[in-house]
Amino acid sequence: MAKDGGVSCLRRSEMIGIGIGELESPPLDSDQVHVLAVDDSLVDRIVIERLLRITSCKVTAVDSGWRALEFLGLDDDKAAVEFDRLKVDLIITDYCMPGMTGYELLKKIKESTSFKEVPVVIMSSENVMTRIDRCLEEGAEDFLLKPVKLADVKRLRSYLTRDVKVFADGNKRNLTTPPPLPPLSATSSMESSKSTVESPLSMVVDDDALTMSPDVCNFSCGFAD
Amino acid sequence: MDTLIAQLQRQFRDYTISLYHQGFLDDQFTELKKLQDECSPDFVAEVVTLFFEDCEKLISNMARALDQTGNVDFKLVGSSVHQLKGSSSSVGAKRVKGLCITLKECCDTQNYEGCVRCLQQVDIEYKTLKAKLQDLFNLEQQIVQAGGRIPQVDI
Repeated sequence: MAKDGGVSCLRRSEMIGIGIGELESPPLDSDQVHVLAVDDSLVDRIVIERLLRITSCKVTAVDSGWRALEFLGLDDDKAAVEFDRLKVDLIITDYCMPGMTGYELLKKIKESTSFKEVPVVIMSSENVMTRIDRCLEEGAEDFLLKPVKLADVKRLRSYLTRDVKVFADGNKRNLTTPPPLPPLSATSSMESSKSTVESPLSMVVDDDALTMSPDVCNFSCGFAD
Repeated sequence: MDTLIAQLQRQFRDYTISLYHQGFLDDQFTELKKLQDECSPDFVAEVVTLFFEDCEKLISNMARALDQTGNVDFKLVGSSVHQLKGSSSSVGAKRVKGLCITLKECCDTQNYEGCVRCLQQVDIEYKTLKAKLQDLFNLEQQIVQAGGRIPQVDI
């Protein structure tokens, strides 16, 4: 975590002996995957942080898009001051957040020179096709339906490993470049039902039931974005 | 003859199963349990504690908003219930989540009476769940204090 006082990750009062993180963190182990998690919900931040830690990631959790940009040094259009020390391997963000949505954060990250190659994963409690498409088109790596499960995070983790592995075809491939996503397959997974798919994509859509419903999000994510 | 530990473990198992069968908890609660280990032995208890604090705060916000008769800010109620729905979903609080969905619908249609009624139910429901989970955690403690292990319960 950055030692910058302006970045508020989980405040000490919020940690209440949960033991999920030191405020003063040791220097980043260059082999360890570092994830920036963004979610305005405290409960969700704690869960996602635990999910990531249990899969051996180092986690910085912030409560807004603005804090995320601040942490990345993108908040005032100058390059991250401590870029050499600041390594972010994955950004995982909630979609619906007050102020700046996950989609807006995604755009800003993809527009930046320093972080546009960092995979960004969007999480949302709502399975809205238009929303998912928009995020994927903007360059999101993946879209997770909340509530996020351990299997979802393990899957993300598997395409983030920094090792170069030799595949069955004998080619070496750097796994920080994720493999191309297979096309969407069709099974139903609507609104409040859980999606428990094991397919490479975390959400699937029933073509028959597909409706272009307006994006119903109560924060600033309106139809237009 | 059953040892104390075996009795407690059976009680724990039965109680856990009943919470799922009665719809208080869903498989997301099971997911949270997967995240608990020797390094974080109280993870679930701590997360649900935060969830219940969230409930209290958000319900209070919504009650206040609904109190402004003639000038109810349904958007505020809507965004609060959206948050509550999210966190209840994340901890596996199935009934609370279901009531949040209903409350959200009342809010979207600006159904004042519906909102008030529903909010009362949300309040009752989270408190009920809180008491039940407290009982469950107490059982866990008793098992551990008796020297036993907390059984894995497959739902």
